[in-house]
Amino acid sequence: MTNTILYTVICLSAIGVLAAVVLYFIAQKFKVDEDPRIDEISELLPGANCGGCGYAGCRQFAEAVVKAEDLSEFFCPVGGSCLMADIAKTLGKEHVEKEAMVAVVRCNGSYDKRPKVNIYDSSRSCAIATYQYSGDTGCEYGCLGLGDCVSVCLFDAIYIDKNTGLPIVDEEKCTGCGACVKACPKNIIELRKKGPKGRRIYVACANKDKGGIARKSCSVACIGCSRCVKECKFGAIEVKDFLAYIDFEKCRLCRKCVSVCPTNAIVEINFPLKQKKEKAEHHA
Amino acid sequence: MHKLKTFSMGGVHPPDNKVSKDRPIEKLALPSKVYILTSQHIGAPAKVVVKANDKVKVGQIIAEKQGFVSANIHSSVSGTVVKIDNVMDASGYKRQAVVIDVEGDDWAEGIDLSPEVKQEISASPEEIKESIARAGIVGLGGATFPSHVKLSVPKGKTAEFLIINGVECEPYLTSDHRLMLEKAEEIVIGVRILMRALGVEKAFIGIENNKPDAVEKLSSASASYRGIEVCPLKVKYPQGGEKQLMEALVNREVPPPPGLPIDVGCVVFNVGTVFAVYEAVQKNKPLVERVVTVTGKSLKAPGNFLTRIGTPVSVLINAAGGMPEDTGKIISGGPMMGKALSTQDVPVSKGTSGVLLMKEQESKRKPVAPCIKCAKCVFACPLGLEPYLLARLSMRGLFDRAKEEGIINCLECGCCSFVCPANRPLLDYVRLGKTTVMRMIKEKKS
Repeated sequence: MTNTILYTVICLSAIGVLAAVVLYFIAQKFKVDEDPRIDEISELLPGANCGGCGYAGCRQFAEAVVKAEDLSEFFCPVGGSCLMADIAKTLGKEHVEKEAMVAVVRCNGSYDKRPKVNIYDSSRSCAIATYQYSGDTGCEYGCLGLGDCVSVCLFDAIYIDKNTGLPIVDEEKCTGCGACVKACPKNIIELRKKGPKGRRIYVACANKDKGGIARKSCSVACIGCSRCVKECKFGAIEVKDFLAYIDFEKCRLCRKCVSVCPTNAIVEINFPLKQKKEKAEHHA
Repeated sequence: MHKLKTFSMGGVHPPDNKVSKDRPIEKLALPSKVYILTSQHIGAPAKVVVKANDKVKVGQIIAEKQGFVSANIHSSVSGTVVKIDNVMDASGYKRQAVVIDVEGDDWAEGIDLSPEVKQEISASPEEIKESIARAGIVGLGGATFPSHVKLSVPKGKTAEFLIINGVECEPYLTSDHRLMLEKAEEIVIGVRILMRALGVEKAFIGIENNKPDAVEKLSSASASYRGIEVCPLKVKYPQGGEKQLMEALVNREVPPPPGLPIDVGCVVFNVGTVFAVYEAVQKNKPLVERVVTVTGKSLKAPGNFLTRIGTPVSVLINAAGGMPEDTGKIISGGPMMGKALSTQDVPVSKGTSGVLLMKEQESKRKPVAPCIKCAKCVFACPLGLEPYLLARLSMRGLFDRAKEEGIINCLECGCCSFVCPANRPLLDYVRLGKTTVMRMIKEKKS
């Protein structure tokens, strides 16, 4: 009886040792030399694999960052500037400051401003609606409100407001990865600079129709009147195809364009209320 | 009695509902204004050659074809050009159109409007092709592929059979059926013209067996021509599909895209197109009007109307007794492959075979349930695809996999959505996947 146990133990141990030796040599033979810093960087990264950096996932980003000479081409929109600083520190490379971006919906045609002209009764997907027709409102360019942007967002940062039928971006959660920009079949969502204190000015319209036609379908449409262009001292605004566009690199947030826009198509975000400011001026 | 021919794989049997089949073709009164689209065909849009305030006659060219795969557009009325504008078309987007105010009915010179049937074909094959190209003829079955392109057989390939599509497998539609009954003689001459242009000896006319009167009419009209054979077919949707019809008639299979019927020696034309070819070659009449079925279960006077291209759909609906109150959807085409219109102002184009008014109750989508993998869609697919899988792949954005599964073969016939017991919008997603994959292929090429 004891003999059986003894033989079994010896036999199994011998197999174990043999396997260990074989495995050791195989491991040596097929060893892949990997930079240990890749693992370090991977640890730092958020691990969401959102693709916002332009790479397939966080691991691929880490590999590319480690190989690169210069970090200025790389940016993880999720981790933002402080993560990039950490990465630079770990790798002992120079950190280049980049401004945070945020997704902006360039359509303000809520239910009351842009009435429906037909009923959409197909699959709840913007992409499917787009190949079927131009949409259930008179505006061919506006938001369909079916939420393709919501379903692609990995950070729960965008949702459809039930009262307006338009997507709303949660600035706190938005990482600027650009998934919604790619998903929007109408190309309404854009990545813009977050701006100082989150202050931004943009044209909340994508309608390229002539003024009259645009206005007919939506009361807050950009009609391409160019009044904002004349008002802007910094040459930041440009009208193309009856649609104004504010270049966020040039815009100095003076808000002059906002007040001259006849259709209120230009939107300001996170500014203190205008009335207060006027009063303050008055007092002074 | 021998067994009737049909295609082998898949297919469904939707209810016939041909309510307008006994209504003779009626000339629709001229509308007060027409909106003639410059892109009524597959290929490059035609280029407008008239301007506002120009006087035009019926049959005058108002937009010229651009490149080989394109078609001329003629004025369908006489009157004054109001403007060149963008109007909503059946695709649901605004497209360029010439708006013409109708004044009288003054035809351009050289068009033979006499009712006599001209039997003798004097044109040479080259002349035939030229007349067809000049007349702006496109496939009137709905695909609107320019006909002169089909007639130009590429080098190294030869046409063996001419196949004429008189199937009209879509429920409700009867425009081809009425045309075959009333213009049988002209259609046979048109077939002979096309046979001469292609240099083929044999033509098959495929007609589904639910139209025995049309089979009889065309058989007797073509009795004296050996090369033309009228074949009654077993009723099954989508037999009107080019591939399905070819399989049913000559048992030949088109290679997968970009394969064409000509690769296996066939050229397929719709009977409506054949009639237009007759008019173009024998009467020098361009394609300015077509038969449009206006139909629906609760419509007062459904019918088949000879309609000028560019007539707004609302005019047709009024001619058929006005819009019934319970209308839920206006569909351009048939219920299976047609497109719901977003407005009544959409003009009739060359590819409009019918206008269908669906009751609100019928037209509404039913609640969707989960897929239980019953494989009904797989058995219904006439191309042997797996619709449930393709839909799921495209829903998840796995377009590469969808491409491997042959998504671009999809005919968009809608059999899968029709049979799905869970009311899943299979075709919606398959179509999304198909368009995405097509775009991917195109981007790769360029």
